[in-house]
Amino acid sequence: MKTLLAMLALTTALSAPALAAPVTLTTNLSNYGGDGAYLALYVTDAKGAYKGSLWMAGGKAKYYKHLSDWHRATGGNTAEISGITGASVGAGRQLKITLDLSDALFDAGYELHIDAAVEDFRDSPSEVVVPLTRAGANKPVAGRHYIRDFTYGM
Amino acid sequence: MLRNLHKIPGLIAAILIIVITLSGTVLSVLPAWEVVAEVPSRPEAGLSVATLVDRIAIAYPGVEQIKRSPSGKITAFYFDGGQPGAEVIDPATGIGVGPYQRSDFARWMTNLHRSLFLDDAGRWAVAAGAVSLLMLSVSGLMLTARRVGGWRHFFSRLRGPLTGRLHVEVARLSVAGLLLSSVTALFMVASTFGLIPEAENPPAFPRVVSEQTGAIPGTMALLRNTPVSALRELTFPYPGDPTDVFKLTTDTGEGYIDQGTGETLIWADAGLWQRVNETIYMLHTGQGAALLGVVLGLMALGAPFMAVTGAMLWLQSRRARPRIKGNMPAGQADTIVLVGSEGGSTWGFAATLHRALQEAGHKVHTGAMSGFRPERYTRAAQMIVLAATYGDGTAPTSAKGFLDRLAALPQAPEMSLAVLGFGDRQFPHFCAYAAEVARLADQKGWSSLLPTGTIDRQSPQEFARWGHALGEALGHPLELSHSPMIPKSQALTLVSRRDYGSDMQTPSAILRFALPRTGPIARLMGRGFARFSAGDLLGIVPEGASMPRFYSLASGQADGFVEICVSRHPGGLCSGQLLALKPGDSVQGFLRPSPDFRPQTNAKPVILIGAGTGIGPLAGFARSNRPGREMHLYFGARHPDSDLFYGEEIQDWQGDGRLASVTTAFSRTDTRSYVQDALRSDATRISRLINDGAQVLVCGGRDMASGVAEALADILAPTGLTPALLKAEGYYVEDTY
Repeated sequence: MKTLLAMLALTTALSAPALAAPVTLTTNLSNYGGDGAYLALYVTDAKGAYKGSLWMAGGKAKYYKHLSDWHRATGGNTAEISGITGASVGAGRQLKITLDLSDALFDAGYELHIDAAVEDFRDSPSEVVVPLTRAGANKPVAGRHYIRDFTYGM
Repeated sequence: MLRNLHKIPGLIAAILIIVITLSGTVLSVLPAWEVVAEVPSRPEAGLSVATLVDRIAIAYPGVEQIKRSPSGKITAFYFDGGQPGAEVIDPATGIGVGPYQRSDFARWMTNLHRSLFLDDAGRWAVAAGAVSLLMLSVSGLMLTARRVGGWRHFFSRLRGPLTGRLHVEVARLSVAGLLLSSVTALFMVASTFGLIPEAENPPAFPRVVSEQTGAIPGTMALLRNTPVSALRELTFPYPGDPTDVFKLTTDTGEGYIDQGTGETLIWADAGLWQRVNETIYMLHTGQGAALLGVVLGLMALGAPFMAVTGAMLWLQSRRARPRIKGNMPAGQADTIVLVGSEGGSTWGFAATLHRALQEAGHKVHTGAMSGFRPERYTRAAQMIVLAATYGDGTAPTSAKGFLDRLAALPQAPEMSLAVLGFGDRQFPHFCAYAAEVARLADQKGWSSLLPTGTIDRQSPQEFARWGHALGEALGHPLELSHSPMIPKSQALTLVSRRDYGSDMQTPSAILRFALPRTGPIARLMGRGFARFSAGDLLGIVPEGASMPRFYSLASGQADGFVEICVSRHPGGLCSGQLLALKPGDSVQGFLRPSPDFRPQTNAKPVILIGAGTGIGPLAGFARSNRPGREMHLYFGARHPDSDLFYGEEIQDWQGDGRLASVTTAFSRTDTRSYVQDALRSDATRISRLINDGAQVLVCGGRDMASGVAEALADILAPTGLTPALLKAEGYYVEDTY
C-alpha cells in the first residue's frame, strides 16, 4: 500500500487541502502471460483534456512513450510524475495506492484513465476510462487487455 | 600482468558468463526459427500497406493494430465482441493462419539472459558479466598474439598441451562474435538505464485533426505508397474517438493520418541516433538479421567452452608451480629472483632459493622472467635469474620477451646480477639461453654478482654448490637443499614382457604394464593415466634415486595397457631395475604429456623414422592408425634375429593397411646399413611425400636423429625445403634421448 498525503497539481488547481479525502485506487491485473506492466493513472476533464497524473507504475522513462495517451497529453514530461512513480506491476498482481484526492474531483465530469503497456505486447492506451463519481465508488470496472478490474474506494 | 587481467575476472565471472552466453545461444536461434517456421508466406512484390489493410479489415473488422516483425511475420490485433484477439496473418489473403502467441519459453529465456530474473539488480550483474567478457576478449586477443609471436601470426598453427591449444583455437574462432555481442550488450544496458541519450522522441501528436471519421485505409496516400516490406506498425484510431488518428511506423520513420480525410497530418523520418539504436539492437538480437544471429549464437558457445578450459588451465598451472610463500612486492624487495621455465621444474628450485634467502633475512620477490621490469625494482640490490633452456636454445615460456626488454634498456640496472642455467648436458645447446642472457647483460655492462652457473639435469648437489657460492658473494651462509617435485606416481604392474637382444650383449625388452585405475575426477580432468597417447612420456623414479627417467610410450589409453621399450644402458640404474621386473612386479610411474610428438590430425601421409628402442612410440602410432592413412616406417636395428622390436606386429599392420610400407636397415648384418642410408636410397619417394605435406616423426638416439636430419637435408635440398623449415611448421618432430 502506498500512501500519499498532500497531493499534486490536481489538488492545487481544484481544491483546498481541507476538502481532500483519502481515496484508495486498486488495480488488479489479469494473467496475460507477459512481463510486468507499465501503468499510468491520470485524470482528464469531460472533454478528455489532461488535468494531472495520479501514479506511474514503471521506472524507466524510455518506455513511457508506449503509454501513448498519457505520453501524448504530457509530452512525456517526467516532472508530471515526480515523486509518484513506483515499480511496474506483474501479471496477476495488484497495484493498490491511497492518496488524498480533492472532493471537487467527484461528480464534476472528471474521468480517470489508465494507460497500460507490456513489453512485446500491444500497447493499450486508455485501457480503463472511468468517470469519477461518488456513486461509482467501490464498483469494479474491467479493462480491455491487461487489467482484470479497477476500483476506486472512498 | 596481462595474464592476471585475463585470469582473475575470468575465474570470477565464469559462471555468469556461462549463463548469459548459453541463454544467448538459445535466443539466437529464435529469429531464424521465426523466419523459417512462423512466416506463412512472403507478400507479393510491391504489395502496399493499403492493400494489406483492406484484406485484413475484411477478415477482422475490429482490427486495432497491425504489426510486422523483422522476420516478416504480420500480426493483426483486433477487438471482437468485447474480447481482444491477435492473429498471425497470411499477407496474400489477409486471413489468419493461427492465433498469435508470444512464447513463454522465449520470454523466460530473455529474462534469464538480461536480468537473471532479478530485475534491475540482475541487469547490473549481467552488465558486469558483459564487461568481463569484453575484458577477457581483449586481454585474450593480446595474450594469443603474444603466444603465437605477433599479430601477423595470429592464425598460425598452435603448439603445446591440448587444453591450452583448444582454449586458444576456440578463442580465435569466436572472439569476433564475443566482442560484438558484449559491446552491443553494454550499449543496450546503458540505454535501458538512460545512461546514454534517448533516441529522438516520436513526432508530437497532431494539434489539429478534421474530427471526421470514415476514410477507407485502402485509399490513404501514405499507406498506398508504403510497401509491406517497410511496415513496422499501423495503429488504428480508437473507435468512437473522432480526435484520434491512424499512426504508421515504418523502417524510415513515423507519422499520423487523419481518419476523416485520409491525409497525412505529420511525417517524420527516423533520426540518425534512432537508427544507430535500432542497428545495435539488431546486431545483438539477430532480429532482422537472422543468419548473423545464428552465427553470433554459435560463437557465443565458445565462451562456456573457454570458461571450462580456462579454469582447467588455471588449475593445471597452479599444480605445476609450487607456491612461493611470503613473496614481497617488487618495489620492496632487496633481492629479485626471476624464473624462465618451460615445464615448471625450475620454479621448484626458485621456491627453494626464495625460502633460503628469506631465512637469511632478505626481502625477496620471485616472478617470471617475462615480467622483467627494472624500473619497478627500486630497492633491489641484486637480481638472480634462473633460466631453463627450451629446445635449441630458445627462451622458455615464462621468459618470453626478457632479452628484448633487456636489449632495449638505455643502461644496465644498478643492482648486481647472477645467472643460473638449467639444462641437460646430453643436448647440444646445454644452458644456451642462460648463456645468452649472461652475454647480453655483460654487453650492457651489468655488474655481475657471481659467474654464470649451470645445473645439469636438475641436480640438487650442483644447486647446493651454487648456493654456497651465492652465499659467499652475499656475505652470509646459504644452504639450498632442494628435493625436486615429482608428480604423484602410481604403481604400474607388469603384465608381460618380450625380450630381445640378449645375444648382442644389450638386453632389451618390450614391457607391458596394466592400465592403472583412475578415479572419476582424474578422468574428468584428464589427469594421471586417464588420457594418454603413444609418444607421451612415462616417468619412472628408480629406487635409490631422486630424479625420474623418462621413456616414450608405445601405447595409448585406448589400447588398454601401458607399454614401453627399454634397453639396458651400461651402468643404467633405471633400465637395470626395469629389465629385472617379472610379470606381477610393479614400479612407480607417472605420466608427462608430450603433445607435439604425435601424428597431426589430418589425412596427410606420415613418415615414421626410428632406431633401437625408438621404435616404441612409432609402433604405437602405427597400432592406432586407421587403414587408409598412409604411414611409412623406416626402422633401424642391429640384427633381424636380435632386436627387431615388434617384428610380428609390423607384418600384421602392413597386412591390414595400417602401415603402407616398412623399410628396415640392419647395422650388424653383412649389409651394414643404418636407417639414414635407407632414407637416402628412398630419396625420391621421401621427397615426394614431404612435398605432398607428409609429417616426419623421428624417435631414437641423438646420433641417429642428427644422421636422419642430415640425410633429409640432402634429400630435400633440390626442393628448397629444409628440416629446420619443416620443424618450424610442425612437420618434423623429434623425440630423442
